[in-house]
Amino acid sequence: MAALRAAWLVTQKDLRVELRSRELVYTTLFFAVACVLVFAFAFGSPEEDTAAGVLWVAVMFSGTVALGRTFERERQGETLRALLLSPVERGAVYLGKLLALVALMSGVQLVLVPVVALLFHAPLGRAPALLAALLVAGTLGFAAVGTLFSAMLSRARSRDILLPMLLYPMTVPVVIAGVEGTVALFAREPNLAMAETWLAMLVFFDAVFLTLALWTFGAVMEE
Amino acid sequence: MPEASPPDFHDIEVRGVSRRYGRRRALVRANLTCRAGEVVGLFGPNGAGKSTLLGIVSTLMRPSEGEVRYGGRPAAEWGEGLRARIGVLGHDLYLYGDLTARENLEFFGRLYAVPKLGERVEASLAEARLADRAHDRVGSFSRGLRQRLALARALLHEPRLVLLDEPFTGLDDESVELLSDRLRALAHSGAIVVMATHDFESADGLVDRPVCLRDGHVRVLGAGPGRIRERYRAALAEAWT
Amino acid sequence: MQRVVVPALLVVAAVMFMWAPYRIDAAPYESTMGLVQKIFYFHVPSAMTAMLSAFVCGFASVFYLWRRNPKADHVALAAAELVVVFGLIVLVTGPLWARKAWGVWWQWEARLTITLVMWMIFVAYLLLRRFGGPGSEVMAAAVGIFGMALVPFVYWSVNVWRTLHPTTDVARTLPPEMAGPFWWSVFAFLVFYAGLLLVRVRLERARAALDDAYVLLEE
Repeated sequence: MAALRAAWLVTQKDLRVELRSRELVYTTLFFAVACVLVFAFAFGSPEEDTAAGVLWVAVMFSGTVALGRTFERERQGETLRALLLSPVERGAVYLGKLLALVALMSGVQLVLVPVVALLFHAPLGRAPALLAALLVAGTLGFAAVGTLFSAMLSRARSRDILLPMLLYPMTVPVVIAGVEGTVALFAREPNLAMAETWLAMLVFFDAVFLTLALWTFGAVMEE
Repeated sequence: MPEASPPDFHDIEVRGVSRRYGRRRALVRANLTCRAGEVVGLFGPNGAGKSTLLGIVSTLMRPSEGEVRYGGRPAAEWGEGLRARIGVLGHDLYLYGDLTARENLEFFGRLYAVPKLGERVEASLAEARLADRAHDRVGSFSRGLRQRLALARALLHEPRLVLLDEPFTGLDDESVELLSDRLRALAHSGAIVVMATHDFESADGLVDRPVCLRDGHVRVLGAGPGRIRERYRAALAEAWT
Repeated sequence: MQRVVVPALLVVAAVMFMWAPYRIDAAPYESTMGLVQKIFYFHVPSAMTAMLSAFVCGFASVFYLWRRNPKADHVALAAAELVVVFGLIVLVTGPLWARKAWGVWWQWEARLTITLVMWMIFVAYLLLRRFGGPGSEVMAAAVGIFGMALVPFVYWSVNVWRTLHPTTDVARTLPPEMAGPFWWSVFAFLVFYAGLLLVRVRLERARAALDDAYVLLEE
């Protein structure tokens, strides 16, 4: 479909820009690892659930940073306006940026997860597919809401403080489901069925909010 | 991306367009008609509403009141195909600094479904005298070079309606000539050109119909004798209803 | 018409609230929690009102986002404020009850957490409108729609994950001596809400009219 092709064009462009400068990959990754280190020092003796919590908080925080920077870059040449002026469906622009962000965040998680596992003694090998699924679903949910909010805030005053203020409450269900699922996975007596239930809830959240975002993006971006 | 080329329109009509932000009125009941083959110039002090008017005509902004008609039909009736016929040179140029000149043109060309893209991009680069810089990152360009590329980007898909916001900013004499010639040729070929500018000298031989804006009010000066700057000053000195 | 409806609503609500304590007092004690449980007669209706207001805000936001009708925007803003107000009542009465009933002020379980989250989203809505600059009404509309979408999660969460919190079946299974005062209280809250909403919308409409007057003055 033409819209999907257009979305893919936008994603490719974002990824190409990112690969050129590698600014976001390095800074987001560094920020995420720094987060984890701060938590490692803050929680003197980590309890059983700490690994899961730290992982998801680091994902959220670094994701917010990446979001902010991605759209700040678009502001430089006002290129977001250029995208909205082009004859592609608004939803395709949204989807393209969303996929690029998910790719970026997933790339960061490839490094982040082993680091967390190392510092907090989390059993990575236990159910890697399920863990990966939780992370992907959670990242998708976070990015779905985040891309919409970040795009619409490009025009706003005080956007730096407004983005986290809007984003964190709205993505709490993602964090809850992600953390609970990961905890069930990492626990001494792992409850994989429970983890799968939380995964289902994440997928449901993703479906609802992705649809909502696609639906409202065009109208919201019209000034 | 449109499959077939949508029909063209030959004029745009701004009908009673107002735009307000709370207590601030950016545009007040603006009325303006622009026809194919015309170069319309929007003149006015900063904050007069020029960019707002361009924003509304380009479909980026929704008016608080009134509507814009393209060939007699409102934007909603055209759908996405309308944007394929509009080219915009914005104040911020709409270029990706991290991509090369060629990559910028190719990206937007694909978005606009420009046929025979490769050829068109090469021709565009040649016309903008940027062929030798095609492989360089746009971030390394001077303002003037970026402006030339931005114009190439805006015109790549051969739009029917060309909107330009301060296109002469930062251009040297040669580039101003190039730009004026390009715009004149565009108008001749049947496009509608609407340009907001402060540069009266460059506008003089180019603009067919000057339009004055002040505090959101629009006053069409129409074709007539005399240099635009004098007529503009005279218009500003009067009281507008 | 407005001049009659709003005072009527507020008077009815006032009367109902004055009578409510008598009805609540007459209701029997709940088996395990005793007197403390009676806060339920205010806590639950507040929650219901807050969620209703979230829906009102959401629907008004949908209307505003697509039609850009300023009246819809006024309703959305008023409803958002009321979510915050009634949500605050829920969040205050909740811990008061929890402390006495379960021994803790707060528990991080599904229902409480997501109610807090919903409340925060609508606080964020108000902050966005206040600090977002021009065009923030449109952005807030998106937030309002998303906030409304979250409400079903609030409602179902407690049914899916059985925790400390009483489930939503409670309302349906109340014995008649408790159902009476409960639904009386619900009705009182709804009438009160309707009155407040109308008043706030009217205030917002007046503010917009003032802006219009300023603008006309300048022309």
